[in-house]
Parts: sequence; C-alpha cells; structure tokens
Amino acid sequence: MSGTEITATRITGRQRPSKLLRKEYLAFYLFASPWLLGLLFFTLGPTIASFVLSFSEYPLIVAPTWIGLANYANMITDELIVQALKVTFLYSLGAVPLGLTAAFLIAILMNQGIHGIRVFRTVYYLPAIISGVPVALVWMWVLNPDFGVLNSALRTIGIQGPAWLFNREWVIPAFIMMSLWNVGAPMVIFLAGLQGIPQHLYEAAEIDGATTIERFFYVTIPMMSPVILFNLVLGVIGSFQIFTPAYIMTSGGPANASLFYGLYLYDNAFRFLKMGYASALAWLMFMIILILTLLIFRLTGRWVYYEGSIQS
Amino acid sequence: MTATTTSHADYHPTEAERPIWYKRKSVRKRISLWSNTIIILLGALILMVPLAWMLSTSLKANGEVFHLPISWIPRKILFQNYPDAITYVPFPTYYRNSLFIASLSVIGAVLSSSLVAFAFARLRGPGKNILFIILLSTLMLPSEVTLVPIYLIMRNLGWLDSYRPLIVPYWFGGAFYIFLLRQFFMTIPSELDDAAKIDGATFWDIYWRIMLPLSKPALATVAIFAFYDSWNDFRSPLIYLNSDNLLTLPVGLSSYMSTLGNTHWNYLMAATLLTLIPPLLIFFFTQRFFIQGAILTGLKG
Repeated sequence: MSGTEITATRITGRQRPSKLLRKEYLAFYLFASPWLLGLLFFTLGPTIASFVLSFSEYPLIVAPTWIGLANYANMITDELIVQALKVTFLYSLGAVPLGLTAAFLIAILMNQGIHGIRVFRTVYYLPAIISGVPVALVWMWVLNPDFGVLNSALRTIGIQGPAWLFNREWVIPAFIMMSLWNVGAPMVIFLAGLQGIPQHLYEAAEIDGATTIERFFYVTIPMMSPVILFNLVLGVIGSFQIFTPAYIMTSGGPANASLFYGLYLYDNAFRFLKMGYASALAWLMFMIILILTLLIFRLTGRWVYYEGSIQS
Repeated sequence: MTATTTSHADYHPTEAERPIWYKRKSVRKRISLWSNTIIILLGALILMVPLAWMLSTSLKANGEVFHLPISWIPRKILFQNYPDAITYVPFPTYYRNSLFIASLSVIGAVLSSSLVAFAFARLRGPGKNILFIILLSTLMLPSEVTLVPIYLIMRNLGWLDSYRPLIVPYWFGGAFYIFLLRQFFMTIPSELDDAAKIDGATFWDIYWRIMLPLSKPALATVAIFAFYDSWNDFRSPLIYLNSDNLLTLPVGLSSYMSTLGNTHWNYLMAATLLTLIPPLLIFFFTQRFFIQGAILTGLKG
C-alpha cells in the first residue's frame, strides 16, 4: 500500500516539478549561460563549420564552393603533408619519451629525499612557466652556431657543434633538446603522485622480501601508471600543436626540415589563404590525435592500474 | 624483529642498542641523500643556463656579444642596454597593450567560469549530466579545428585588427577553468548553502557571498592560468592584429627579432627579459597556487 503511494508521488513529481525546483532549473541555465553561448558560437558552431569547409574551396576573397572530397584527395599527393607528418612524428618520438623519462627519474630522486627539495622544485618548474616567443628567442641565441653558449661549451671539450637550427639533420634534435627544458611541468605532477603512494605498500613489499628494484617495478610503476598515461597522452597531443617555436625560430626551414604540422596548417590558412584545405588539415590532425589517444589507452590498458578498480 | 625492520616511526632505539647493520643503513641513507642532492643540483644548473645566458647577453656591449671565446660576466656591465632596447621599437606600447588584454581576459575568465562552475557544482537542471560530459569532451578538441571558422566569425563581425577577438572568448568560460573550479566547489560542504537557503538567500547570494569568498585559492589559480594563456598567446594576436600600435608583446618581440636578430642580440635579450618580468613575478609570489593547480589537473586527469 505504502509502496504504491511512493510511486504515485514519484510520477507526479516527475510530471510537474515543484515551483522551487523549476526555479532551480532556470537558475542552472542562467548560471551556465556564458558557457552554453560560448559552446554554441565558439565550439560547436565552428566545429560544424570547419567540417563543412573541409569539403570546400575558400580563398577568402570569393564565396566558398563545394568541391566534395577534393581537399582530402589532394592530401595524398601533397608532399609537404608527408614532410609535416614526418617532422611531427620524429619530434614526438624523441621529445615525449625522453621528457617523461627524465621527469620521472628526477621526481624519484627528489622523492627519495634531497636537501632543499622546495627550492629545487621551484627551480625545475621555472622554465615551464616561460613559454612562447621568449623561449624561442632565448633558445635561438643559445643554439647560435658561432656565438651560442651550447657550441661554445662543446668547443671547450673539443667538439665542433653542428649548426643546429640551420642544419637539416640537427634541427629536430635541437627542438627536442629545447622541449626537455620543460621537464619541470611533468616532474611536479610525478612528484605529487609519488608522494601520494601509501607507505604501507612499500612496507608490505619489504616484509615479503622485495628488493629495492622489485619495489620500484611492482609498487611504484603500477601506482604511477595513470599519471604516466595522462602525461603521455598530453605530450603526444602537444607535439601536434607546436606552432610558435617553429614559426619564430626556423619558419619550417631549412628546406622544410622543421615544417611542423601546426605550422603547415597555419601557413595554408593565413599565408596561402586556403581556408578549405586548412580545415581539412585540421580534421586530419584531429583524427590522428584521436586515434593515437585511443591507441595509447588500448596498448597501456593492461598495465595501467586505477585504484579501486578490479583488474580483469 | 619485525618492528625494527618495518616501522621505524614508532621504534627509537638508543645509540648503544642499535645493531651495526642499522648504523650502516643510516650511513647509506646519508650518502644517497647527498648524491641525490648533487645530481639534482647539477640538473638545476644546466636548466638555468639559458636564463643566465640571456641575462649575461642583455648586459653586454654589442662588440662583446660577437666575441670568442664567450664570456659569462660582461667586461663592462651595460644597464643602458635596457632603455636603449625599448626605444628601438614602441616597446612600452606593446607592454601596455599586453597588460590591458591580459587584465580584461583574466576578469572575464574568472567571472564567467565561476558562474558556470557554480551551476555544475550546486544546481539541478535537466540535461546537466550530458552537458558536463560535453564540457569534458571539448577539452579534447584541438584549437586548430575551430581556428578558421572563429577567424571567419570575427571577420564578419568586423572585429579584425581590434582586441575583441583576443578578449571576448575569455568571457564565455573556458572548459578547463570551469572543470577546475567545479572540482573545488564540490569540496565546500553543502550544509553552508542549506543554512543560507533557510535564511532566505537566493542562488546568487550563495554564489556571491558563500562560494566565491571560500574559493579564493581556486579563483587565484584560474586567474593565474588565464593570465599566462593571454600573456603568452602568439598565434591569435598574429592572426587578428595588424596595426603596429595595437600589437602585443609576443608579436612585437617577433618583429623586433626580424629586424635586430642578426645584429643586436644584447637588445633582443634585454627586451625578452623585460617580457618575462610579469610572469616571473606572478610565479614567485603565487607559487603555491601555481604548482598546486598544475598538480591537481595532472593527478585528477
């Protein structure tokens, strides 16, 4: 009897929300309205527009014309796209694993206990807060073949350094080296993650006779795996979006050896005014990022451990 | 026995009681403490080289900049480089422009994002869960996808060569800022709202008088992030601004680079260092929020 009563009130409750609740619904949409409008005009609308534009030709001075899949078909024969993908993947393959490994090792050293950890944490994080044009300019001067500090240091130990940004083979290694300057950003995240690992896990492992190395591989790595995965995904996505350093330091040169994908996209849109082709490039990039992210999740699914979840 | 090997915290033997292996372990610990510190110190020194090199170059005479072998301490320290550098280009104008744009962007980001975050953290509304999932998925969308259409929108509005394309988007709440604030609002006990509601407070009162005052650290984090996003942005001003008197620092610096890059690295480094002063000052005074914010997003993600 009482059961039916409850269902009855539930149904009427769903059909006609109380005046108070309706007021709350209205308030929700009012408070959320800045973002809802932004979503419409700066995200959803432009995303749809970009998709449509990727099937059209739009040189900006005349109205866009529908050309079907021509933009995507043209990509296959576009040698510069192949070059841009090659540059971006090469950079990504170097910068992401090197950066994460270095950040992880530094975080472990710091976590084992060092003198002045707070000061060092700040010093390591400092380069990460500087970004964009100033970083590009400072590194251009550091990497200057004749008067830069890097080649001068190499000269004192008897090595004639390469021309870095002016050399086709060395320009990507130079960009990778520069990316390592940001090691502090993933490092502080790893450090916080390491400090969050419960001490009793290590104690339990020690009682079971685990060595330091075993404790590292069976406690530290599994407990840190979600954080490692997150930084891995972020790192890969980030390398596809590199624009400023490439634009400032090399403009893609020499001989397109540093034509990053983000730069090629910008050039198409705002130098060659090929708005349609640039949109198609953006969608290709989006698809690559999505596939890579899914791939990373799939490949690492086995060893990523989420606390509280049951491993199957 | 297990007590000595496992939990050191509640077992404090006197010096005489300690077995030999224990002492050895403590020696080992001290050695590792110092060797770790030295490795970290070396790494820190290497990381500081580019900054030191910038400072050193910015104080050198032009002849010394192109002199081998390189020197770290200028023969004559030329502070005059700084005033000289900023007269070469309308640097004070760029500085003012950047500060103006960044300030309005920060105000817009904090106000709008906190409003939306309040809705997601505290209010019930039909479709709220779906909207929240959409909010999180927009974080995955690379800005390159919307780059061209947003440019076309701004162009149709007649906003090219003005600050509006650089400021207005911040007033519509950033997904990342909203997420960050929403997570923080969720930690504030809802008993506070209930008590206020009984006293007749409106939703606006709860937002303005309870949530915002209690969320100062999170609001500061969002303000700092928005400042850095706006201050460092290079691509947007490059796309939207043409007039020389409207340019921001990053674009101004890059044009400075193309005129002086081969001849006056001392001036260029001085100008670069001046550009870094606001972000560096903010970092040193608000480190706590800064690193905390970075960690929060890194671990929760």
